[in-house]
Amino acid sequence: MQSFRAFIIKEFKQIYRDKRTLLVLFGMPIIQMLLFGFAIRNEVENARVMVLDRSGDAVTRQLTGKIDASRYFTITGQLQRYDEIDSYFQQGNVDEVVIFEEDFARRLERGERPAVHVVTDASNPNLAQLIQQYSSAILLDYQQRRAPESRTGLTTRVNMLFNPQLESVNLFVPGLIAVILMLVSALMTSISITREKEMGNMEILLVSPLHPGQIIIGKVLPYLVLAFVNVLTVLALAQWVFDVPFRGSYGLFLAESLLFIFTALALGVFISAKASDQQTAMMVSLAGLLLPTVLLSGFIFPISSMPQPLQWLSHIIPARWFLVIVRSIMLKDSGLLFLWKETLVLVVMTLGFIALGIKSFKIRLE
Amino acid sequence: MQPVRIHNLQKSYGGIQALRGITFDVQEGELFGLIGPDGAGKTTLFRIITTLLKPDSGEASVLGKDVVDEYNAIRSSIGYMPGQFALYQDLSVRENMNFFASVFGTTLEQNYELVAPIYRQLEPFENRLAGALSGGMKQKLALSCALIHKPALLVLDEPTTGVDAVSRKEFWQMLHRLKAKGITILVSTPYMDEAKQCDRIALMQNGGILSIESPSAVTRQFDRQVWSVRAGSKYRLIQFLRGYEHAESVQPFGESIHYIDYRAGFDPADFKQMLERNGFQGVQVQQVAPGIEDVFIRLMEQEETYE
Amino acid sequence: MNELIIEAQNLTRKFGDFTAVDHITFDVGRGEIFGFLGANGAGKTTAMRMLTGLLSPTAGEARVAGYDVASQAEQIKQEIGYMSQKFSLYGDLTVYENIRLYGGIYGLGDEEIRKKSAELVEMLQMEALRDKRVGALPLGWKQKLAFSVALIHEPKIVFMDEPTGGVDPITRRQFWEQIYKVAEEGTTVFVTTHYMDEAEYCDRVSIMVDGRMDALGSPAELKKQFEAEDIEQVFIKLARGADRDEG
Repeated sequence: MQSFRAFIIKEFKQIYRDKRTLLVLFGMPIIQMLLFGFAIRNEVENARVMVLDRSGDAVTRQLTGKIDASRYFTITGQLQRYDEIDSYFQQGNVDEVVIFEEDFARRLERGERPAVHVVTDASNPNLAQLIQQYSSAILLDYQQRRAPESRTGLTTRVNMLFNPQLESVNLFVPGLIAVILMLVSALMTSISITREKEMGNMEILLVSPLHPGQIIIGKVLPYLVLAFVNVLTVLALAQWVFDVPFRGSYGLFLAESLLFIFTALALGVFISAKASDQQTAMMVSLAGLLLPTVLLSGFIFPISSMPQPLQWLSHIIPARWFLVIVRSIMLKDSGLLFLWKETLVLVVMTLGFIALGIKSFKIRLE
Repeated sequence: MQPVRIHNLQKSYGGIQALRGITFDVQEGELFGLIGPDGAGKTTLFRIITTLLKPDSGEASVLGKDVVDEYNAIRSSIGYMPGQFALYQDLSVRENMNFFASVFGTTLEQNYELVAPIYRQLEPFENRLAGALSGGMKQKLALSCALIHKPALLVLDEPTTGVDAVSRKEFWQMLHRLKAKGITILVSTPYMDEAKQCDRIALMQNGGILSIESPSAVTRQFDRQVWSVRAGSKYRLIQFLRGYEHAESVQPFGESIHYIDYRAGFDPADFKQMLERNGFQGVQVQQVAPGIEDVFIRLMEQEETYE
Repeated sequence: MNELIIEAQNLTRKFGDFTAVDHITFDVGRGEIFGFLGANGAGKTTAMRMLTGLLSPTAGEARVAGYDVASQAEQIKQEIGYMSQKFSLYGDLTVYENIRLYGGIYGLGDEEIRKKSAELVEMLQMEALRDKRVGALPLGWKQKLAFSVALIHEPKIVFMDEPTGGVDPITRRQFWEQIYKVAEEGTTVFVTTHYMDEAEYCDRVSIMVDGRMDALGSPAELKKQFEAEDIEQVFIKLARGADRDEG
């Protein structure tokens, strides 16, 4: 036990002395958070809106005026025909088209529910959903002011071009957490273990009374702590700087994050057991873990819009399951009852990777 | 009990035979040297002895324990300094010491007496990071770390490679001091001139042992006269002697050429005249005692003829 | 040996307050094998960088192959070859590709490179290995090849950094014979090393201590002067007086 304690102290010292890595470890989550956060915010200013007004009455003009007055939108022109819509979107000249039904004011008067059609370009799903939410809010607001008690009113129909399903991509926080945890847990652990091999120190450690299991745990423990601190940092930033909604249970969220940290650590151990030098470990971690986490998990690109083979492939990406879990907790307040399937997938993956890692971590050099 | 017993050890990696049937024993309290160039198999052999590799066939026991079945018992009772061992560069001298002491379940204070002669030289730099030490100091620190748990057997893989002459000399003095305390030492080196520091040496080449003897016995058994020849241009002298009908071996050796003649009744005066007749000036011919390197070269040449 | 390939006069290099090379003065003649010895940190590398035009002197001057190291570094580069134990050849290129690469770097024409490669491979008896990757060759072969490649543009002087560590005694001697041959043909060979038995093979040896050149002469002369059995003892006697912090 004394040797194990010494080993862990040594690990913390080494991490603490490596200022550059430390900066990356703690700076990266903050910088990424700010980048993603502000990038998404800024884009919703002055979105370009075109109006196809089939009615042209007082109400629709009023609504158009309201949209234009909002700081989120600028009306850039009027369309005359439906078939113009596609070409404008394709040229990328417009972010949203609002279509008012014929006889809009009169129908509203009669107590019918005239339709407003909101068409957005969902090739940038985050933006599309935000625009659509904002414009719906303006319409809803109008309706409520007009007749707060009324059951009648206008209906908003939403159409998204290019990516109609728009699966819950509105939150980048879960994806970011997944990326950061992969980076800290898997990449850093695998580099730190392979460094011992490269320096020849692993030979000494193996020949010492330290059990190989203790070496692994000693290597993994500091990064477990660091990764957890990172989760808290991201969460805090999300809540207090960006007002990202969090509807679910913090306890469950942290527990699931911990599970995902274990997944990533197990992957890191597995990689370091196979790689003989730091460079290989880094390449494998980046190409084999980080890229799929960014590209195939549904973080940046919605899984439903991927080609079928990539959709299949996404099933073996741990981050995909983690994202589903965290998004459900954050947006829908889902409990374990709803998430047990995804959680189970992660648990099984983690146990599998741990088993693989232990099996390939050798008590000898070959 | 012999601390190291090796019998017919074989090991191959990817089609290359790193060890082709090695057999030797190391006696208690002995300073045993493995001498041979890079790629001779020294590191592979040491890794088997330290239980880091499994042999393909043959037996090896260390401190009476089998290297395959009882590796755990061996691991905690030997001190090992691998070839490229670089310690933890980002930990200080003292922290490295403390770390290895704790890992082996002891403290620097407990075994201070054993490491003191070496560690005392490091004490002025105790708070310096290991990465900022010179090659010689790193090597001393590594040796201290390998010694901290009072091992019965010390295994040192090329400890003097890349270290300057003064540090090398001091290093060997330290090994003699440790030997005097009864520690058995197994050390490898590519430098022939370090052979005389050992009690016995095994000359290794291509995964095999060419000879195992005490350094003096190795050279005593050399059955030829070695002549040191100088005559102006070494290059022309070598070229000429290689073509000389009675030459058995012609090798540059520092400032002179080591020459071995086939003939039993070799006459240095005749030889000198012969060289002068052939245009060489300032010819000096002197008999010299054969060194380890002469023996090694001869054994290698014989090996080649057999193959 | 009349022509001087290196002429150094009070060559000095300071880094801030630290004098890495302290007024060294020496000459090296054409076809001479010159050993440049010193402990780590004695100033060998700095001195060699100045001689190869990579670093300008703080004071003093030096001419290499007739060119001034401070102002004519580009001309010097054409006249020198360089070989180091650690790096010289690309392990993932074949023997032939390495030769062609270095021929190209030194501006040889295609025809010349072809001729040179064939000659070189024949001289080294590596015909069978010419399409093998250098990384897979034994260390001794690599050294011989690296040396030949360093000579491909027929430089007046070749600098070698720790050239023969770790090879067996026969291969090592084959390498020295190759050096003797080149020197006999008129190329100057400048060897830095901290292995003292290596120094015995040189025509003349200099030993640097604390940035100064404390000894200069043939191995026999130095042994006599310092009443030592071998160069190693000479070195140890000199190094004992060193001030530079060993830590």
